[in-house]
Amino acid sequence: MNRFAQLLDRLAYEPGRNNKLRLISAYFREVGDPDRGYALAALTGALSFKHAKPGLIRNLIMERTDPMLFGLSYDYVGDLSETVALMWPQAKLAGHNNPPAPTLAEVVTTLHMLGKTELPSQLARWLDELDETGRWALLKLVTGAMRIGISARLAKTAAAALGDKDPHEVELLWPGLTPPYTELFAWLEARGDKPVNLDPAPFRPVMLAHAIEETDFASLDAADYIAEWKWDGIRVQAVAGRDARGDLKARLYSRTGEDITNSFPDLTPSLHLPGAIDGELLVMREGRVQSFNVLQQRLNRKLVSPKLTKDFPIHLRAYDLLGDDQNDLRELPFGERRERLEAFVEKLADPRVDLSQTIAFDSWEALRAARADPAGAGAGDDAEAVEGVMLKRRDALYLPGRPRGPWWKWKRDPHIIDAVLMYAQRGHGKRSSYYSDYTFGVWTAGEDGEQLVPVGKAYFGFTDEELLQIDRFVRRNTIEKFGPVRHVIHEPDQGLVLEVAFEGLQRSPRHKSGVAMRFPRINRLRWDKPPGQADRLETLEKMLKDEQNKILVTSGGG
Amino acid sequence: MRPQDILCPVPAGLFCKDGNFHIDPVRPVERAVITHGHSDHARAGHGAVLATQETLDIMRLRCGENFAGSTQAAAYGEEIRLGDISLKFHPAGHVLGSAQIAVSCKDTRVVASGDYKNVRDPTCVPFEVVPCDVFITEATFGLPVFRHGRAADEVKKLLASVALFPERAHLVGAYSLGKAQRVIALLREQGYDAPIHLHGAMEKITHYYQNQDIRLGELKPVRGMKKADLAGTITLAPPSATSDIWTRRFPDPVTAFASGWMRVRARARQRGVELPLVISDHADWDGLTATIQATGAGEIWVTHGQEDALVHWCKTKGLAARPLDLVGYGDEEESETLAESEEA
Repeated sequence: MNRFAQLLDRLAYEPGRNNKLRLISAYFREVGDPDRGYALAALTGALSFKHAKPGLIRNLIMERTDPMLFGLSYDYVGDLSETVALMWPQAKLAGHNNPPAPTLAEVVTTLHMLGKTELPSQLARWLDELDETGRWALLKLVTGAMRIGISARLAKTAAAALGDKDPHEVELLWPGLTPPYTELFAWLEARGDKPVNLDPAPFRPVMLAHAIEETDFASLDAADYIAEWKWDGIRVQAVAGRDARGDLKARLYSRTGEDITNSFPDLTPSLHLPGAIDGELLVMREGRVQSFNVLQQRLNRKLVSPKLTKDFPIHLRAYDLLGDDQNDLRELPFGERRERLEAFVEKLADPRVDLSQTIAFDSWEALRAARADPAGAGAGDDAEAVEGVMLKRRDALYLPGRPRGPWWKWKRDPHIIDAVLMYAQRGHGKRSSYYSDYTFGVWTAGEDGEQLVPVGKAYFGFTDEELLQIDRFVRRNTIEKFGPVRHVIHEPDQGLVLEVAFEGLQRSPRHKSGVAMRFPRINRLRWDKPPGQADRLETLEKMLKDEQNKILVTSGGG
Repeated sequence: MRPQDILCPVPAGLFCKDGNFHIDPVRPVERAVITHGHSDHARAGHGAVLATQETLDIMRLRCGENFAGSTQAAAYGEEIRLGDISLKFHPAGHVLGSAQIAVSCKDTRVVASGDYKNVRDPTCVPFEVVPCDVFITEATFGLPVFRHGRAADEVKKLLASVALFPERAHLVGAYSLGKAQRVIALLREQGYDAPIHLHGAMEKITHYYQNQDIRLGELKPVRGMKKADLAGTITLAPPSATSDIWTRRFPDPVTAFASGWMRVRARARQRGVELPLVISDHADWDGLTATIQATGAGEIWVTHGQEDALVHWCKTKGLAARPLDLVGYGDEEESETLAESEEA
């Protein structure tokens, strides 16, 4: 447990993805089974046991320390688990009689079996045996408040690195594995056979597209490609298969392989034929696809109420078929898979599942025109939810990862505004010596005349060279410092104009301006433009009104 | 004689009327007795300064040749008489030359301990318990959440990271007087014998330590080094420099910070530290409470830090205790920051 706690401790402070990977892999290499398996489970969120209430932890410390000292300490530290971990009075036992600190496996398996009444005394014993970091990790674990800041995908990637395997392979096996994953580690360390995924509805690693550049078209032949709309929804894989008893099991996976079936109970009955569909999750009202803003209401909900499923009816728009009953179709060319898909969707005959239409085009120019006007080019009423077009080579096999060439995405042009840099903040990790996080604003009429109101924050989109330029500008034009934040000069005739690109707008009560941008990034630096000529809030409000009207009309006022 | 007639807190610091001197005064006075060289305790501009030879040397290095009108060096254990008052310097274990000052009059003894720690430090004389009637203690880490653990374990953590990331540079933020040299000495004790690099602001004080026969192994200025050559190395720098433009000369640096404050995660995160190292020049909670009891003092005066908790603890142990409410101490880091960012 102490070693696992050290790992969590390091991960909590390390901002870099690759460095996190190295730390986790080093841990897997150093620690044996079954501890590392339970660690992998903890990192991927695969552990489940009844969590302890904070009140229980508080009682434990109150029995052992002066209440006033606890109060002052808690005030200072601000986190219950951490306060208790640090001030826990360590039992002073004779060295050779000290019980060894518990292993992670011991903690996890004990927590599974332990009755509620035995928990406090068991916790106290462990707290006596662990060090400060170990106590902190234990308390975070038992209270279910462990926020490690890494994705399940990253943990699996770190495990795969142990055997130089592609993380997709691990992803593929994952649904059939359970903690402590001894057979997985045996295979990764070349000590055992590859585990067999017995899951009747397994995930298949997804194929991703590269963003196409203008210069790419010259070497591409329009006749080799099929085009379809790129939907602004959530990429999913909908899989159904028969288990050993012949019962049909349906599952919905995110593009990283996370099982999200439980969040969309209204879709599962529609997956009534064995197969694996690659498609987009959308909200559909009265036959019209809704914008991403509407779909967002369905995401990240703990509870899926009947009202939610009624107000935000979920829909699957299919664009590829990876498996048809027992047949793996991934080795077939896309053109053939597409034909199979059309037949499959027809056979399914379900109102919640439909086919993503292809776009007829004979030249890149024709496709460019369709992309500029999806409504007129076949997307019709759904055009609002189109964020560009997808290009797929007719002969492309379904290859996991992001191979260059077979698939391209060609997004619609983003919205652009000119905003003024207002505040700059230091970045993290590699960027900790740079002012790389920017708050920008647009003009509006205030009580004292024209003033800037912040409308967003961006920390990417610029080149390394531009970052150096902005950093230099920030340092030379700071009016005031508040901790890591610098107030940068922003007057009508002095300051820096940033061309900001973004995908959409939303109303937001949390922002002073009342609007929030989706996916904002710095598109260009407008050294040439005086801040007084930057955009106004009215421009954003008008865009918002247009968008809002569409939502209201289509949702029937609900 | 009542202890408060021997030493009493005034705006300039602790004042001894019969001896006509202040201890660690925060503004210029006629006669100053200085416990140690950190800038919040040792300021320039006093008429006469009495301190250990090391503290006087350090003040000279940091404040210039004319930091005081006149100076007098006191050795540990040597008694200095000023009328009825007797003064004695005892090791405080905080940094090189640091001293507790015992002020006695007839049969009453007050000990002003300055900053102290009661754990091993290869770069200075160990802390000595001085029996007394009144013990004046700091309370920098005067909360029971501050338990510093073994400094050697923290250094092992640093070395494990250097081994795991050989292509990155490790940048250790440490106060330039005392902490930096202690970290270097601890690294050497762990068998790390590669050259250790120094930020410009560290060089003078560190060389002074070396001249005092404190073995720190091979040290190199980081100035003029090629970026690629800094991969896999350890560099000591003032804390303020570790988030500065200065860090751009290092390949993908891991930012460490050696400080007792690193015990609390929010403090470490706030500073953007990636590798917090809990290594402190001050006594932790267990150190403070053990020392208070060991002095046998019946009365405890508590200054700079978390006074409330320590005063409360003293009272639960039946000791008379009060906060001194002295201002101007405990900001060694802040006052260093200004000076050093200029030098960088």
